[in-house]
Amino acid sequence: MAKIPVQFTLNGSERAEFVESGTTLLAALRDKMGDTSPKGGCHQGTCGACTVMVDGELRLSCLTMAETCNGAHIRTTAGLANGEVLHPLQRAFENGFAAQCGFCTPGMIMAAAALLERNPNPSRDDVVEAISGNICRCTGYEPIIQAVLSAARANSTSAA
Amino acid sequence: MGLSLQTYPTASEAQSALAASNVRYMGGGTLVVRAANEGDLSFSTIVRTTDPALSEIETSEAGVRIGASATMGMVLAHPQLSYLAPAARAVGGPAVRNMATVGGNLFAPAPYGDFTVALLALEANVSVAGSGEMALETFLQEREGLDPSALVTAVSFAPPPDSFRFLKISRVHPKGAAVLTIATDIREETGSIARARIALGCMADRAIRARRAEAALVGRPRTQEGIAPALAAALEGIDPPTDAIASAWYRREVLPVHLGRLLLG
Repeated sequence: MAKIPVQFTLNGSERAEFVESGTTLLAALRDKMGDTSPKGGCHQGTCGACTVMVDGELRLSCLTMAETCNGAHIRTTAGLANGEVLHPLQRAFENGFAAQCGFCTPGMIMAAAALLERNPNPSRDDVVEAISGNICRCTGYEPIIQAVLSAARANSTSAA
Repeated sequence: MGLSLQTYPTASEAQSALAASNVRYMGGGTLVVRAANEGDLSFSTIVRTTDPALSEIETSEAGVRIGASATMGMVLAHPQLSYLAPAARAVGGPAVRNMATVGGNLFAPAPYGDFTVALLALEANVSVAGSGEMALETFLQEREGLDPSALVTAVSFAPPPDSFRFLKISRVHPKGAAVLTIATDIREETGSIARARIALGCMADRAIRARRAEAALVGRPRTQEGIAPALAAALEGIDPPTDAIASAWYRREVLPVHLGRLLLG
């Protein structure tokens, strides 16, 4: 099978690779570009562990063909921190013990980041809806919900 | 065996490509890429189009037309389609809704395809390039027999007055596959029901109309006593599936309960 060129911006850096036609974005990110922050859980669009942003919209990278992302801007959890300074969501997850095994965490954080970029002061219901496509089998969700609300409060405090 | 993805700028070019063997059309990928990930070997080529006409949503008092490539997120964000928001929101989480298309939902097997249930209650028509326009109910019955190069391009329907209701019952909250999905469009005149449309999801392998319940509602008041014959008739001729979400017995038990609540709500 002929290799297909894919080229997109990944967390601000121009990236280009050759992949086999039909390769998912998840496989391209993890196996070709070394960004292992999106996780491959169910590969069915059910668990949300592979969630990334494509041109500002949440997408499931396990159900997205890499070829369809040519020219797109892709963001993953690996690109959220500013050098050594963690993103407020990452700090809130760490401080609030919102991760146990950590497998769902990158997808949860991307879903939460999309929410906070659209709605900086979400209600609890907004947070529940925002992470409704992401499954966590460890935490019971409550620490995750509280971490997202905490990050939103921290953002609004720092902006004031 | 590798997969080949072919992207065409127009729907007509994509339709032509569907005539080849072992080809599957892809909308947002939530069904087709999932099938590929699960090792489905029934197709080796995926065809899609980036035709912007297929993503258009047109609304007027006369009618609504939603392009097949419009996503659930686009429906949810459309100010004139607020009555469809509960149905669009029922489809997965935010990431799925940014990908899943209206056209693709017409092919989603139970326990998925919640949006199609809503369209069925609205008596939508389906535009199929190569086969013309057909009623959604007919399309659902005949979709496997359509020409391989048939391509769904849009759905259209008359916007309902304030008479449309949608309910999805799941065991997992806030999001989970449906035990049962119900959509109704009930119109009343002078204290009794003049017209009833009821569509059910997960009570067969695809969305169906509850025609006997609809007939039992016409001419009766929307009261507990008035809807009782319809609740009894709702199960006639219906053979729901047993799957990992619920048994057929359970679905039959809860259908009259939730249908009654929706009708009286």
